[in-house]
Amino acid sequence: MTVKAQYEPRMSAQPHQRASTQAPASESPPARRDALTRFASLLVFVLVWHVAALAVESSTLPPPLTVFERIVAETVSLALPEHLATTLSRVVISFGAAMLIGTAIGIAMGHWRRLDLFLDGWLVLGLNIPALVTIILCYVWFGLNDAAAIIAVAINKIPTVVVTVREGARAIDPRLMQVASAYRLSRWRTFTRVYLPQLQPYLMAAARSGLSLIWKIVLVVELLGRSNGIGFQLNVFFQFFDITGILAYTLVFAAIVLLVEALVLRPLERRVTRWRG
Amino acid sequence: MLEIDIARKSYPDRGGQPHLALEALRMRVRPGEFACVVGPSGCGKSTLLNLVGGLDADFQGRIALDGQPPAGGVGFMFQEPRLMPWLTVLDNVRLVLGDDPGGPERARQLLAAMELGDVLDAFPGRLSGGMQRRVALARAFVIEPRLLLMDEPFVSLDAPTADRLRTMLVEIWRERQTTVLFVTHDLREALALGDRVFFLSGAPARVVLELPVRLDRPRSPANPAVQALQQAVLERHPELLAGLANAADDAIEETELEQP
Repeated sequence: MTVKAQYEPRMSAQPHQRASTQAPASESPPARRDALTRFASLLVFVLVWHVAALAVESSTLPPPLTVFERIVAETVSLALPEHLATTLSRVVISFGAAMLIGTAIGIAMGHWRRLDLFLDGWLVLGLNIPALVTIILCYVWFGLNDAAAIIAVAINKIPTVVVTVREGARAIDPRLMQVASAYRLSRWRTFTRVYLPQLQPYLMAAARSGLSLIWKIVLVVELLGRSNGIGFQLNVFFQFFDITGILAYTLVFAAIVLLVEALVLRPLERRVTRWRG
Repeated sequence: MLEIDIARKSYPDRGGQPHLALEALRMRVRPGEFACVVGPSGCGKSTLLNLVGGLDADFQGRIALDGQPPAGGVGFMFQEPRLMPWLTVLDNVRLVLGDDPGGPERARQLLAAMELGDVLDAFPGRLSGGMQRRVALARAFVIEPRLLLMDEPFVSLDAPTADRLRTMLVEIWRERQTTVLFVTHDLREALALGDRVFFLSGAPARVVLELPVRLDRPRSPANPAVQALQQAVLERHPELLAGLANAADDAIEETELEQP
């Protein structure tokens, strides 16, 4: 028995070795294996959900299939695409505004100590004020309209962009900036080819964390004061205790977030960090 | 003609006290001449180059290239290569080009002449220190500068690599007849490269000696004639390289040493 036990690992080791020597021959095995892992994780999630739903057997936890059917129904009726489009446009506009304004302020604060001192207190306030407060105040001051909704979201996001970009502006290498001025590069060229690439990792971090924050806040804003969008719709479902509807909208929304991450952010990051190779 | 007349240049030191870096410094470099500047470390050589290169405009005095303040057409090579790590070799050289239609082609030719033709699309992080400096050299020459400023560009390289780069530099310089101002703390390097060597005193720096070098080119720092000249200079002015030259002595000496 002991002999057999000693043998077994060796036997199993052989096919293993063969697999690993074969690996380089196929197209890009690590990338393929990574994708497989991601897919397996998704599959396990759905399975666990399914089993849990069967076990609980309650209308508060519908099984995945029911939710998928609901997604199809809501898509066919065009209700979901419309609300989704509304929410996405709010996300895009407030994200863009927050990044633009936050980057400008962050660069300025990183460069001028006096301005940094002056704005620092405001920044701490902005970072710590609860999102709900800015949302309520914006609706009260600017009315229950889209502009107020977008301003509220942007105000929540701007301080974190400022903090991240300010770090980047402080880390700018003066020696590279000297190259730009020694060769009399134009302001535009200096900014785009010498300055921004140094800021890029910080911008990327701000965009990442910004997007995840904005997804969440936009829904709250819609729930509190808009009559369309995913947040509004979720509130309606909540009032009717329609858990299937809530999960259907949530899943689609989550899928969009994953898609943006996989199709926009990650390729963009790979492109701009190519030189780190 | 490059004319440098600096009455005073001071900057705040770490404690915030004004530090007088340059005072009553006067230099004349003829068009197409290779001028070297040597002096003890910390005497203000880099400060001088920054003033000439327009990186620092806060000084009393006048700097003129052909009668005008040097604006554009100045190449600058720093102590470190200072390439943009996110740009390829070719893009690093093209970065400093304006709208000149012949520029991109010139960039390729220069890089090829410096044996960098195979790494045009590589990023600087992949290159050795010597290769990075060759890219920086190509970048300096691609704008066809009227004046080239070099701040100890071959420091921290091993001797053969530094020698090779010096040879390349002299070859391109002779082809283009650019006026060069080359700062170094290495007297032998200065004697090997320069048509004229300016010796600076310790801070506040001023020119204490101007030495024309008439040795035949090409000459390497290991060349016996260069070494002999170095010996002669050191014997005649033993205090020079120690940075102890008397700054109160008003007359700038122009030395004529016997040169083969």
